[in-house]
Amino acid sequence: MTSPETIEQEVRQFLKDNFPLSADGIDLGGEDSLIEVGVIDSTGVLELIGFIEERYEVEIADEEVLPENLDSIANITRFVGEKTAGSNGAG
Amino acid sequence: MARAELSADTLRLDAGRAVDEIAERLRDAVYKDLRRRGAVVGLSGGVDSSLVAHLCAHAFGPERVLGVLMPEGESAPDTLDLSRVSAEAAGVETVVEDITELLRAAGCYQRRDAAIRTVLPEYGEGWKAKIVLPSLLGGSRYSLFTVVAESPEGERREARLTATAYREVVAATNFKQRVRKMLEYYHADRLDYAVVGTPNRLEYDQGFFVKNGDGSADVKPIAHLYKTQVYQLAEEVGVPAVIRERPPTTDTYALEQSQEEFYFSVPFDKLDLCLYARNQGLPAEEAAAATGLDVELVERVYEDIERKRRGAEYLHAPPLLVAELDRRT
Repeated sequence: MTSPETIEQEVRQFLKDNFPLSADGIDLGGEDSLIEVGVIDSTGVLELIGFIEERYEVEIADEEVLPENLDSIANITRFVGEKTAGSNGAG
Repeated sequence: MARAELSADTLRLDAGRAVDEIAERLRDAVYKDLRRRGAVVGLSGGVDSSLVAHLCAHAFGPERVLGVLMPEGESAPDTLDLSRVSAEAAGVETVVEDITELLRAAGCYQRRDAAIRTVLPEYGEGWKAKIVLPSLLGGSRYSLFTVVAESPEGERREARLTATAYREVVAATNFKQRVRKMLEYYHADRLDYAVVGTPNRLEYDQGFFVKNGDGSADVKPIAHLYKTQVYQLAEEVGVPAVIRERPPTTDTYALEQSQEEFYFSVPFDKLDLCLYARNQGLPAEEAAAATGLDVELVERVYEDIERKRRGAEYLHAPPLLVAELDRRT
């Protein structure tokens, strides 16, 4: 199972690599809303889902596509931790 | 003096005066600013382009207006007839340019279908599809782009799009708007006319257009009008009821798709009032009372308005230069 620290680090790296605004020196706090800060838009959410599904070998159902799971680095880290708990996961 | 309470009446115009003002500005823009001698309007059979054709006929005289009808293989069956009805009512001449072969040559359909098959492998010959953005009215989930497809036997399938598939589908279907604009400019150049664009305020403000496609024009005479005002003026100038009573559609995908499904997520009359309230700095409570929506939902609509505006910045941006040009005139 991937540790929360690793998940957080990987999510930060993913955002930095894929979204120019976040790569451009914005210091994202763990609780900052990615949508409100303008780091990602609705296509970005699709991209984030794709990243999580592929990297952590999980499936995200439509009902799970909620701000409380995906709208901040802290939420994503917790959500991915829960999704991968009890499975072998990736990493 | 106390401000009147926000309601649908807030957006009601003095229609006759508004029509005259637009016509006067159109004449100035086309004859003086652009130095062109008439107007080309792409007609879709919808209320926006019909209103613009009528306004142009009013401004320049119908003999100086050309309506271009540009159906393709996937256009709704009534598109061409409705476009003709609106041109006839405005008294303007029309040309028909079927763009199917141009689109096929550009790979519009084939590229789009290949992208859809990455999420719906069974999608193939004879299937119809559209992209849907689930309604904001449905709860607190993110709105995610979904492809809805129908088999030749009428069976419906749905799949969430990946970011790559979504972008490829949109990029391929954007050929439709861009090819149409190319033909409008062909006729404009040939006749020394200006291309008159048809976006209304919701579309213009919120970025519901294709850059260098329907977003391109020399003048946009109804970009300041809320959609309910478009309907009001359409009635004033005599746009036929059959067009005014048709629900707004994108007419971009083979499966019938409303603008609400694809982009706006809230009925346009309510969105009009939310956008107006937002522009006036009115609290969500007031927009909620006027629209009958929950306060929480209005707050989400407000957020969505701002988010779409940020997205529209790229669409509105002219080519950026890296240095100022120093030149004398």
